[in-house]
Amino acid sequence: MKAILALEDGTIFEGESLGASGETFGEVVFNTGMTGYQEILTDPSYAGQIVCLTYPMIGNYGVNADDFESRRVQVEGFIVREAESEPSNWRSGQTLNAFLKERKIVGIRGIDTRALTRALRVRGVMMGAISTEESAAALLSRIRSSPSYSGIDFVRKVTTEEPYEWSFEGEPEFHVALLDCGVKFNIMRSLAKVGCKTTVYPCTTPAEAILERNPDGIMLSPGPGDPALLGYVVETVKKLAAKKPIMGVCLGNQLLGYAFGSRTFKLKFGHRGSNHPVKDLTTGRVYITSQNHGFAVDPNELKDGMEVAHINLNDGTVEGLRHRELPIFSIQYHPEASPGPTDSAYFFRQFVEMLRKQRGDRDVSGESAS
Amino acid sequence: MPRHPDIHKVMVIGSGPIIIGQAAEFDYAGTQACKALREEGCKVVLINSNPATIMTDVEIADRVYIEPLNVEFATRVIAQERPDGLLPTLGGQTGLNLATQLAESGTLEKYHVRLLGTPLQSIRMAEDREEFRALMNRIGEPVPESWIVETEEQLAEVCHVGLWPLIVRPAYTLGGTGGGVARNAEELMEIGMRGLKLSMRHQVMVERSLLGWKEIEYEVMRDANNTCITVCNMENFDPMGVHTGDSIVVAPSQTLSDKEYQMLRSASLNIIRSLGIEGGCNVQLALDPDSFQYYVIEVNPRVSRSSALASKATGYPIARVAAKIAIGLQLDEIENAVTRKTLACFEPSLDYCVVKIPRWPFDKFMVADRRITTQMKATGEVMAIDRSFEPALMKAIRSLEIGAYGLTAKNVHALSDMQLEEKIATPNDERMFAIAEAFRRGMMVEEVQALSQIDRWFLQRLQRLVAMETRLKVHGRAIAALADTLDSDAPAADLLREAKRIGFSDRQIAEYAGLPESLIRSLRRAFGIVPTYKMVDTCAAEFEAATPYFYSCYDREDESI
Repeated sequence: MKAILALEDGTIFEGESLGASGETFGEVVFNTGMTGYQEILTDPSYAGQIVCLTYPMIGNYGVNADDFESRRVQVEGFIVREAESEPSNWRSGQTLNAFLKERKIVGIRGIDTRALTRALRVRGVMMGAISTEESAAALLSRIRSSPSYSGIDFVRKVTTEEPYEWSFEGEPEFHVALLDCGVKFNIMRSLAKVGCKTTVYPCTTPAEAILERNPDGIMLSPGPGDPALLGYVVETVKKLAAKKPIMGVCLGNQLLGYAFGSRTFKLKFGHRGSNHPVKDLTTGRVYITSQNHGFAVDPNELKDGMEVAHINLNDGTVEGLRHRELPIFSIQYHPEASPGPTDSAYFFRQFVEMLRKQRGDRDVSGESAS
Repeated sequence: MPRHPDIHKVMVIGSGPIIIGQAAEFDYAGTQACKALREEGCKVVLINSNPATIMTDVEIADRVYIEPLNVEFATRVIAQERPDGLLPTLGGQTGLNLATQLAESGTLEKYHVRLLGTPLQSIRMAEDREEFRALMNRIGEPVPESWIVETEEQLAEVCHVGLWPLIVRPAYTLGGTGGGVARNAEELMEIGMRGLKLSMRHQVMVERSLLGWKEIEYEVMRDANNTCITVCNMENFDPMGVHTGDSIVVAPSQTLSDKEYQMLRSASLNIIRSLGIEGGCNVQLALDPDSFQYYVIEVNPRVSRSSALASKATGYPIARVAAKIAIGLQLDEIENAVTRKTLACFEPSLDYCVVKIPRWPFDKFMVADRRITTQMKATGEVMAIDRSFEPALMKAIRSLEIGAYGLTAKNVHALSDMQLEEKIATPNDERMFAIAEAFRRGMMVEEVQALSQIDRWFLQRLQRLVAMETRLKVHGRAIAALADTLDSDAPAADLLREAKRIGFSDRQIAEYAGLPESLIRSLRRAFGIVPTYKMVDTCAAEFEAATPYFYSCYDREDESI
């Protein structure tokens, strides 16, 4: 079956249908990672977006039962040059095409994905649509009348409806409260690995309700969309920041930016891939990181003791924040990897160290008070 | 950190004569290194015994000595030139060996020459089997289980471990006689006891066999600040048991999920850090096709044949960056020479597929044994790039200049079914052609996989190429009819498009369709089925490229105009 991809600026790509038939609208973005399509498809931070993979042969190792980063496929649409119909990997249970069909995701294959990537690089990310039904002209007019990506609060769409606990075997060292703006499973898995039991809260949970349970620390999750729309979460973060140690990841970094006086701006074509170099300004060490963000924190407006701790070597944008006195830090990229390099997993250990230190400080002050 | 302030003059050791396993790639690496050092203001003194190289051209180094690559001559050059540093990791094994000898003979100390790049101790640790195993055990990286056995009781103990199959090698026998592969306790006792009798030391080595496992390589870089990156990973078409220099290699890996890719990447970085390498390093790993289990097979603590391939495959100049690291620069202080906007501190992202095929000299030596084993026999190699595996493979085959224009070879055509199966089961230079012939005769992917243990992903793609041959044969007349209709929407025109897209040459299409090549070409032109050119830019189009190179493919957008 034929399918077309139309971009807001009038560019049309003709290809073959992938996954479900029908049509879908979203912001068209590209990711340069060469592996990890299943993790990308199920990452809630891609809500509202049609994702194009720059690597041309996708689906080679199929789809398996383990590599889900959330319960459902989160992308609005999927673009590949070639989709493998006979995957080969010991864990593969399904082809990419069957998986997308089952999950009712509209995709397109057989287009010149490099030409699309170059268009997005030059003209910036834009709205687009994939359709197996409409004519190009009709699709274009509907793109222009469809709501813009930046106007929608996707966080409310992807957050958990009810609080839940992530399973933990044995006795945890710490209890972490996670504010879910679109979390990936591997964050909870990574926390469990360093001895933290996680309770996941909906993004609308008031700070008081979280503090009532007296967690040892707070994790601010990644998530989709424009952080400027998340004033209600920023208010929660401000209240939590005064009381508890915090680690923020991706959107969590941006929320902390807002909570400490700054704002975010939209990047022309975002950072999405597994090869972004980030420099730790304290040690000078550079790490290859997994990234997925379309907005960056403005470093000039940070207030009240918050400072830039990491920068991206490609474009110099903010990749991490650290508070000078309070036990608060955040990174704009993905220490939980999945997909991408696991080099930054040390942040979870750093978080635990911070919680230990905090517990120690508290014990000491408790003794002196009695 | 800026470069070492006390290094003004650097001596580079070239790779010497071209031999099997060490060919022009080291000239390429050495030339890049000399240029990189001069860019940083160093004077470069080059010693090489091979004058037929680019690096010995007058404009590459400041001083060139064409002398034998031995301690005596190298010492004389050092005495005369008094370099501040010696860079040995770019001239292949020859350079590395000579540097080791110069250090051991006290020459470097006597003339205050600093060994640049990787420390000598790391080189020893990577090359000495026992030291390397001990290091891997310390850092928790698995190496294949092995035992040194001297008695029947010890043999019986190995039987209990139950890791079949095992390779048995008697120590110190003439020509390695008496060894073999044991698949069970009975065979191990039989081969082992025979080996013990044959061995002059009454000793056999027993090692876990990884035949049939996936062979994966990573090219990694590290600077003195302990920042590490991987330039590229590669997957061997031939599973374990074939020397990587004799194997068809694909970049990047095709059958690894992100979990597997990252697991092996982390292992490679763990290894380069533990060895303290300053520069590039090649790590070879074996991965179980049915689990997450892997083993570290080998590490090359220097620029290798694989790094030359990885450099060309990704656009990342490994030798250039390694040379700059050797004089003290950090990865984030070196510019990405392709984009000129980003830094050498990143990992290339490919949006194409690279296929390397070894070139064996068997056509020149008719009687030679064409079987391929763990000792390298190839005298050269070709590399091709395209958007997908099939066209890259087809381009590579045509580049071999063995008279093949696709998956057909004269010798294979005439073989009986049994001979054909034998050619598939035992690695040899014509195996790929034998597999294609088997598909032509109707063999199933599963059968070929059982015989060859090659991953089905590769086999399926060969099968699709064979299927295209058949389709062209069947639709030959419909293609011929296009000449009259010139209907570019006809199914035959689509077939032509698809054949070009997966790498068929006009000559092949003509042959299978039973038509003149000139007709195919004129049809193609009439329908606008012409090659487009895309860039190798290290970043999958994320950034603009200043000095890219191009490859052809049948896609939509042409970037060369």
